[in-house]
Amino acid sequence: MIATRDAYGKALAELGKNNPKVVVLDADLAGSTKTINFKKLFPERFFNMGIAEQNLMGTAAGLASSGKVTFASTFAIFAVGRAFEQIRNSIAYPKMNVKIAATHAGLTVGEDGASHQAIEDIALMRSIPEMVVIVPADGVETEQAVKAAADYHGPVYLRLGRARVPVIYDNNYQFKIGRAHLLREGKDVGLIATGLMVAVALEAAELLQREGIAAAVLNVSTIKPLDQEAILDLARKTGALVTAEEHTVLGGLGSAVAETVGESFPVPVMRVGVEDVFGESGSPKELLEAYGLTKENLVQKAKEALWLKAQS
Amino acid sequence: MQLETIKELEAKATEIRRSIIKMTGAAGSGHPGGSLSAADIVATLYFHQLKLDPAKPDWADRDRFILSKGHAAPVLYGALAERGFFPKEELLSLRKMGSRLQGHPDRNLLPGVEMSTGSLGQGFSASIGVALAGKLDKKDYGVYVLLGDGECQEGIVWEAAMAAAHYKLDNLTCFLDWNGLQIDGPTAEVMSPEPLNEKWRAFGWHVLEIDGHDIGAILAALEASKAVKDRPVMIIAKTVKGKGVSFMENQVGWHGKAPDAEQVRQALVELG
Repeated sequence: MIATRDAYGKALAELGKNNPKVVVLDADLAGSTKTINFKKLFPERFFNMGIAEQNLMGTAAGLASSGKVTFASTFAIFAVGRAFEQIRNSIAYPKMNVKIAATHAGLTVGEDGASHQAIEDIALMRSIPEMVVIVPADGVETEQAVKAAADYHGPVYLRLGRARVPVIYDNNYQFKIGRAHLLREGKDVGLIATGLMVAVALEAAELLQREGIAAAVLNVSTIKPLDQEAILDLARKTGALVTAEEHTVLGGLGSAVAETVGESFPVPVMRVGVEDVFGESGSPKELLEAYGLTKENLVQKAKEALWLKAQS
Repeated sequence: MQLETIKELEAKATEIRRSIIKMTGAAGSGHPGGSLSAADIVATLYFHQLKLDPAKPDWADRDRFILSKGHAAPVLYGALAERGFFPKEELLSLRKMGSRLQGHPDRNLLPGVEMSTGSLGQGFSASIGVALAGKLDKKDYGVYVLLGDGECQEGIVWEAAMAAAHYKLDNLTCFLDWNGLQIDGPTAEVMSPEPLNEKWRAFGWHVLEIDGHDIGAILAALEASKAVKDRPVMIIAKTVKGKGVSFMENQVGWHGKAPDAEQVRQALVELG
């Protein structure tokens, strides 16, 4: 178990050693976002911008315009929420080489409650032209995604979490921006997940197997550009899909999948996510259960998708 | 290119003003008022101060100018064309479909544009990053910014102001185009940004106050700013919105309205 923010901190420090152009900005949360690892090694390339997220993003754009590979970190709610327009107009529109590595995304922020739980960020970021949106599933994928984001020239949104999550991948895995990864084959239903819901989807597939339902699991860690081929392939093979994300069901992975199959190969798509409500205080585990982000709910939704498939 | 005499710089400012009128007239929209108010500052920067090479717009050691009040794009375009970054004929394509001269500057389309701006306060914020990069890379380029007085109502301006002083960005020199008018009326009535001088000083900036249409004063302020160490410099320049065109001067209605053909003719006669 490792939190993706911890893997980010580790990868960032490594990146700093290999690439002198890497600079890192934070907004008074270096200890929480783990940019502190980079700060300790490269203090001259670390800029604390204080509790001022709009200027965090604007300054990041300025550094990028001067040739720096710029990582800007804070909590997802402040990065995407407060500084949305700076991200749109100063980073994405001019195609700046800025990596917005936002931690504490989703409900698993936990006890801080709804004010700090960004459940809209995937929707907001994927609606901006030029923006690459990556949601790693575990620590291994995070480390690779950080490197891939640094190698890619242009704006990237990297969505990271506070809570520790299971490790899915070993070091043989190779992350590539824009490529989804089929973790498990299955002919009956396709579970399409992102972030910490990938591990939950794998557990749900096990439960379904016990009931004689063969479920495939696809990790869509790049929400944009979306691996439409992998999604359509799964739609063709299974004829029924379930999406799972630690995010509102509006505008995120579920919407992206529904848009894709709706236009090319319509099959039932059931969405697991936060059902258009705000979160609340609680432990990450309690919150995931209370808001239906569980293997049991995935199983239920898979059966509903299968029922819909049978009607058609 | 360094024009030393005030007369030569005034002639450039007039030429830029003529371009502002012609291009907004041709576009049928745009922001002449706040472009004209900044023409003397921008002319002095482009024809005296800035180390630039129009043949190499991305030269690493160039000085940077960021138009934070991006709606004054016509003054920037006029200066860039005059300085040879692109043909002057292209000015007449302002705001037209397919033009490199977007309604607000786009750094990826037009050579010489350092930052895509238009959403107020954001160019100024980006200039902090450009100045930080200059310090980090031990470059001696200067970063120059043009900020509006109405723009100072944006919260990000003060976030950036704090950061510039915190990081001791003495490679950053900012002009505040204090023309006193914004879309809805006088800034003092809409949302007073004053006292400007005291605010900027309290935020840790070295503040100078000048007449923004007195090129001798602009040159003197730029010279004085070189001696300032460990602090960014704010040159508060008192200006007249619409300066140089009698019927536009101090008229709030000319913030975002283009002159018609007759008004273009009259303005060009006045500018000489």
